[in-house]
Amino acid sequence: MSEEKVGCTVPAAEVEGMGAEAAPAEEVKKEAVRMGVTVGMKAPDFTAPAFYKGGFTTVKLSQFAGKWVSLCFYPGDFTFV
Amino acid sequence: MSVDSQFVHKVWNDVELSKMIEAGGVPFHMGSDGGGAIGTVYGVYSPAQGVDFRGRFLIDPDGVIQAMEILTPPVGRNVDETLRQVQAFQLVRKTGGKEVTPSGWTPGGKVLNPGPDLVANVWKVWNPKDVYGKK
Repeated sequence: MSEEKVGCTVPAAEVEGMGAEAAPAEEVKKEAVRMGVTVGMKAPDFTAPAFYKGGFTTVKLSQFAGKWVSLCFYPGDFTFV
Repeated sequence: MSVDSQFVHKVWNDVELSKMIEAGGVPFHMGSDGGGAIGTVYGVYSPAQGVDFRGRFLIDPDGVIQAMEILTPPVGRNVDETLRQVQAFQLVRKTGGKEVTPSGWTPGGKVLNPGPDLVANVWKVWNPKDVYGKK
């Protein structure tokens, strides 16, 4: 986790074992049907750009190894509930 | 984690969320899943809508998913329930599975000890009325 220089480009999120370049949008769409996780499985590691305590950084799931993590997805900022 | 950029996360935090949470807003990382690649591997991304559904995954200290919940957009989650589940999983982990938590368990509540003697005998030691319908 490092403080990143703020630029106008938006760095792409990266899933471990799947380079951002290696998975073009079409490919991801096709795969979507049989992708997904369930309980008892190792949580797929990922790196994502993040906003944290006033600054921009990246967050990697495996940086929380040894702790309990609640990973929450939601449809979008400013969605009401 | 949503498909919004970290810049939109900042604005949402600064103009709205910080008014609901004392001490500067959201205390955890707000990740950006632009393109939905992460939501896709977790099975919560909708290509049709271009967004991640309300998925919540509890991941233990070994990186294993212990619980998951996925809701459609109009219904919000319950943080108390998330914390209750973390506490339950922590107890099970601490006792190596010698203690398990029955339906409706909350910290300090009755736990069960799985084993041959408990088979068909749960009713003797646990009743749903002990935990449900009290309010």
